Amino acid sequence: MSGYVATIRVRPKAEVRDPQGEAVAGALRSLGMDVADVRTGKEIVVRFSAEGLPEASAKARQMGDELLANPVIEEFAVEVAAE
Amino acid sequence: MRVAVLRFPGTWSENDFAHALSLVGAEPEIVWHADADLRGYDAVVVPGGFAYGDYLRAGAIAAISPAAAELRRAAAEGLPILGSCNGFQILCEIGLLPGALVRNRHLEFRCDWVHLRIESDRTPFTAGLRGEIVRMPIAHGEGCWVADELTLARVEANGQVVFRYTDARGAATPEANPNGSIANIAGLANEAGNVVGLMPHPERCSEELLGGTDGRRVLEALTGLRHAGAVPVRVQ
Repeated sequence: MSGYVATIRVRPKAEVRDPQGEAVAGALRSLGMDVADVRTGKEIVVRFSAEGLPEASAKARQMGDELLANPVIEEFAVEVAAE
Repeated sequence: MRVAVLRFPGTWSENDFAHALSLVGAEPEIVWHADADLRGYDAVVVPGGFAYGDYLRAGAIAAISPAAAELRRAAAEGLPILGSCNGFQILCEIGLLPGALVRNRHLEFRCDWVHLRIESDRTPFTAGLRGEIVRMPIAHGEGCWVADELTLARVEANGQVVFRYTDARGAATPEANPNGSIANIAGLANEAGNVVGLMPHPERCSEELLGGTDGRRVLEALTGLRHAGAVPVRVQ
């Protein structure tokens, strides 16, 4: 078993409104920055052990599917690296 | 009628629900989520609060607790299950109710009284109440119900919309919508009608002293059921 770090980025699906992003866009505009659109999300970093990179990637995807993202409103992307 | 009132770490409305249920002749028991064995109960309430601090998403961590499997089993067996506020969020996260509840469109936490139109009486909590305009309190920051168009069309066609935000006269206007929910939806049922979730708090309007008694009518509809655990009668 080796150590891996998975970075799981969760964001609202394109068709789901992101009021937090809209508020941030408004705030950036109030600072005089010309922004067209802002979307917010979250980044979850997980350290764990696995037998090789394929297994580590599969485990990270499972974390996203089963808990970290709600498929009704969110999508996620996974990046896995050996420690 | 024995009613299990679930408690997760961070639940805050279980004592209020137990009190309100006792007012309508039920025998409430507060049940710790990790020990949840819902066999032997006639109904289940998932109360409001901030289960697991609402970390990750409202209801997300509660939705993988041992209670979730029990709720799924009880729901499949037709047991009446009511989720209010955070309880509604938990039932959506478990997948017992369609759609999801996200941050209020205006980003504000709303603590207020709202009017609701009861849209369906084929649930154990609204039997005989269809068409009634009721007044209940809300207190939430993530009560904006969303779903894709297909899901919305399906819940409307199936009569799964149970509560809609309206004005005092029953009109579902944008002004009467406190959080931006699609189609002013405040509460929904599953297809069978035995699982109901709503953002408002019926337990907080069950006595005159609290400023209203409309919530008591929802709980009375439950305890008025002739058979414990009966699937509600479908009204044509």
